[in-house]
This record gives sequence, structure tokens and C-alpha cells, in this order.
Amino acid sequence: MTASNLISDSSETQTLLDSLSWRIRLKWLILRTAMEERMVYRGDFAFATLVRFLPIVTQIFLWGAIFAGDTARELQNYRYADMVAYFLLVMVARAFSSMPGLATGIAESIRNGSVRKYLLQPVDMLDYLFWHRVAHKLVYYVVATGPFALVFWLCRSYLPGWPSGIVMTAFVISLLFGFVIGFLIESLIGLIAFWFLEVSSLIFIFMMLNYFLSGHMIPLEWIDSWIPWVHYLPLRYLAYFPAAVLLGRIPEADLPAELAIQTAWIVVLLVANRAAFHYGVRRYGAFGG
Amino acid sequence: MPIIDVQKLCRTYKVYRKSEGMMAAVQGLFHRKHREVHAVRDVSFQIEEGEMLAFLGPNGAGKTTTLKLLSGIIVPTSGTATVMGHVPWKRENAYRRRFSLVTGQKEQLWWDLPAQESFRLHKEIYRISEGDYHQRLDELTALMDVKDLIAQPVRELSLGERMRMELIAALLHRPDVLFLDEPTIGLDVISQRNVQKFLRSYQAEQRITVILTSHYMKDIEALCDRAVVINRGSVIHDGPVAEIGDRFSRHKIVELQFANGIVPDGIERFGDVLEDRSPMVRLQIPKQDVSNSLSRILANYNVDDVSVSERPLEDVIAELFSFGNGNGNDSE
Repeated sequence: MTASNLISDSSETQTLLDSLSWRIRLKWLILRTAMEERMVYRGDFAFATLVRFLPIVTQIFLWGAIFAGDTARELQNYRYADMVAYFLLVMVARAFSSMPGLATGIAESIRNGSVRKYLLQPVDMLDYLFWHRVAHKLVYYVVATGPFALVFWLCRSYLPGWPSGIVMTAFVISLLFGFVIGFLIESLIGLIAFWFLEVSSLIFIFMMLNYFLSGHMIPLEWIDSWIPWVHYLPLRYLAYFPAAVLLGRIPEADLPAELAIQTAWIVVLLVANRAAFHYGVRRYGAFGG
Repeated sequence: MPIIDVQKLCRTYKVYRKSEGMMAAVQGLFHRKHREVHAVRDVSFQIEEGEMLAFLGPNGAGKTTTLKLLSGIIVPTSGTATVMGHVPWKRENAYRRRFSLVTGQKEQLWWDLPAQESFRLHKEIYRISEGDYHQRLDELTALMDVKDLIAQPVRELSLGERMRMELIAALLHRPDVLFLDEPTIGLDVISQRNVQKFLRSYQAEQRITVILTSHYMKDIEALCDRAVVINRGSVIHDGPVAEIGDRFSRHKIVELQFANGIVPDGIERFGDVLEDRSPMVRLQIPKQDVSNSLSRILANYNVDDVSVSERPLEDVIAELFSFGNGNGNDSE
């Protein structure tokens, strides 16, 4: 190897490192700026964060009424305590995977023309929105940690004991991947606005199906006898899957394969997002000034 | 070699055409009529480095669409364009780091945060070094007279202040090419002048290439030497701004100062009286009649002073566009 080859290699490495360090700095700055923005409207933010806990209270009472105080009674392999634990964990999963305003925000920016900001600047729109959303979630978790801890402490009698390290790790990964899947599904729906402009009905249908097919309404084991393909959808990773992992309803031996499928869905959705953006921009009319 | 080279650029939109009323809305659910709008049609021009070009035309003429094409926001139906050797709609980062588009709308700033937060983000997006960033920000905020406002949330700024912030955001990375689409729209006269003054001094200092669209002819006259006039998607003039009046105006302005202290009766038979401030009168006379009318006036009246000038650019453009105002060229 000649000296000039060595110099060229080291300068290429330096360029790569510079580029990597720039990317990290940029993501961090988007994250930081979005977090600052999120904290501007303190009242609305605090209210939105806290009212999210109300549904779990109604769930506890609803299922209490269904089980009629009989704690030993089983419905489709779930006792009353299992149901409460399931919905508590679904609440945690949804705190990661729900993306309020993402699809409508993208669709609105396409409709009113403000999406061009991402086309003009040397940034990747999906990357930008992703870190923006991470910032929103981080701020939310900081504020919600206290109320979450209180709710879990109050409901501690319904929860099973501490899971094994493997299960806990799989649970955390499933939550993080659930966040990515939730982001990619909603951004994909938003990008459809490049074709239809108005996607509010589509979002409504998605939310309805998501409520049912993600396990947000009832555990998926209750419906898989008449919708056998429900376990093949990416929606299950938005609510049911993390809860089922932590409750030990998925055997430990199956966890690597399940997480691999979850990863595969991320890849598929990422490719779909990239394609939608690529072809969407080609037919974009940039109306709205 | 031109820095911007546009050849036969076309952009056609397919637009849904809905008739009036409820029945038409119901019919539209099953069968829709569309029309094609040729927003930009066979537009060609070239710009040399450091030029400041005015892009003129009525609403719907295709000015903004052309700027969107050159910014890479939209893809043309046909034709070619290169800016600094890049094809804009490929949206390469190397290109996007070298130009800016500023429009009259809020575009680049975070609404709820002070502008300095957006500027800081721009610094990273455009990879500006810490030293350059501070130097340019100081320079631009001083030139724009907004030093004290950059820590205030953008939503609390006036329209003029916001536009100045938008300009700073657009210029922080020192673009080589700047597209300005109605940058003074909605601004009061003082803000318009401030923006004009800033653009003139900045362009002279940095020698950047600028394309400017504006409905305010004062902007154009103050800033540009050359203009491309576009109407119904096509270029109808490409040359000095000063030639627009000569080429498109069908009238000239003749100002007469009479010696005996009053404007004589019957002067209106020579042309339209635009202003009568005895003993001075301003007449608008058809171009072809100017010499004939002047010789008759001088023969019949005692005139102290005469001057002949072009009509104001604003009036010429208004007259020109009143014949061709419309949204591109449509076909079913």
C-alpha cells in the first residue's frame, strides 16, 4: 500500500466521521428545538398529558362490572386482575406507539404547501419528523412518569411479579419498535395526501381498525378464532404485543422470532414510506402559494 | 456560462372542474370533468452569475410555478433547467445548500419559538461553522435592524419583522442563488423600503444571483436591470427593465409648462389630461401622435418648457396584463 493510498483512506475516514458527527448534531438539535417548542403551551400540554390516564380508570370499572366482583372467574383465559394488568400495559404501549396529529399534520402540510420546507432544505422530511416526534414523546414521558408510577402503584395488586431479564429486555425493545411502527404507519397515511389531499376519512378508518385490531379494545386472543390473520398485521405491535410479552403470554423461546417479525415490519413500512414520498413528490403540485 | 439555464420548461396541471350546485357535487362523485392548465409553457431564459432579474407577470402567469420548478419543489412536465450545474428537481443536497427561496408566506421559522432557535437549526442543517454563523448573524441582524427581536417568539413579530427574519434565515448559509417570490407582499411602505434597501446592498456586496417576482414595480425599478415578462405561461419579453415601457406602452407622457400662466382651453384634444396644475399640464398621448401633436401645440401656444417621458412602469404593466390576465392556458 502506497503513502498516497494511506492519506486518501485517512481523509475518507475523516470525511465519514465528519458527516456522521454532523448527522448526530443535527438530530440532537431537531430534538432539542422540538422539545422547547413542545413546552411552550404549558397548560394545554399538562392537560393533554394528564387526561390520558382517564380511560384506564373507566377500563378498571368496566371490567370490574363484567367480572361482577368474581376475581376467580376466567374469560377467555383472562381473570379480572389479568385484564387490568393487560390494559395498564396497553396504556404503556400506546404511550409509545400512538402518534396524535402526525398523519393529519403531514396531510395538512401537503395540502397547504408548507411541506415544501422539507423539499427546499437539505433535510430528510421523514427523519426530521421522526426526531420531532421523539422529542414530543420524551417530553411527555418526563411529565407522565409521575402519574404513570402512581397508577401502577395503586394497581400493584393486579400486576404479576417481576419478569425475567430476557422478558423485560424484549418488552423494552417491543415498546421502542412499537414507536417506530406507529410512526411509520401514521406517516404513510399522511403521505397518501400527495394523491388524495384529504385523508381525514382514511385516518378515521385507520383509528377504528387500530382500536380493534391492535388489541387496544380487547386482547387479540379473543378475536383470533374468527380473524386468524390478526396476528400477522403490524397493528398488533402497537398495543397487544408489548403487553403480551410482559404478561408472559408469549413464550420466551418465541421472543427472538417475534421481534424479528416486528423488525421486518419496520423495514417494509420504511420502504413503503420512502416509495410514497418519492412518487408523491413527483406528482406534487405545490398549491397554496 | 450562465448560472441558470432554462430551456422550453413546461408544467401542466390537471384540475378538477366542478359546476355550481348540489347536483353537480353529487355527479362529481361518479364522474369528474378535468381541464389541463398549462401553468408554464415553453419558458426559456438564461441568467449570468451576479445578475438580479425581475420576473414579471399577472396572477396565474406562471412566475411562482417557474420558481417552484427552479427550487426543485415540483417536477416539470417537459423541458430542462440547470441551476449552478444542478437539475433542481433531483433535489441533491449539494444543490439545496447553495440556494434559497423566500416567499411572502411563513416558511422556515418555528412559529412558537424565537427566530434565533430556527437560525441555530439552520446552522446545523446547512453545516455553517460556528465562527461564520456568528459573524453572518451579527451582520444580517444589524443590516435588517432586528438585533433585539431575535429572542422574541416569531408569532409575536409583525409581518414586516417576520419577513426580515425569513430573509436572514434564507441568507445565513450564503446562497449563491436566491429566489424571491413577492418578498414585500403585505408590507407597509417603510418595511418595503427597508427590504429593498437591504436586498440592494446585500446583492451588491455578495454578488449573488437573484430572481425576483413582485407586483410592486417600485421593487423592480429599485433592484433590477433586466426583466423577463411572462404571461399565460410564456415569456413575452426578456430585456432591460427600461425597455418595457418603450416596447409595451402605447402612450407617452408629455408635460407642458405654458408661458402665460394658464393652461389654454382645448388642450384636451391632443390627449388625455392626467394632471392640470396651471400653468402646468400632463397629457397622455398615443405614441404615434406625439411628434405631430407636439408640433401643433408649439405652433399654436406659447410654451415655456416641454418634456416627454415613458409612462410609469406600473401603469404599463397594468395595461399590458389587463389584456392577458388569466390562469395559464387551459384546455379540456
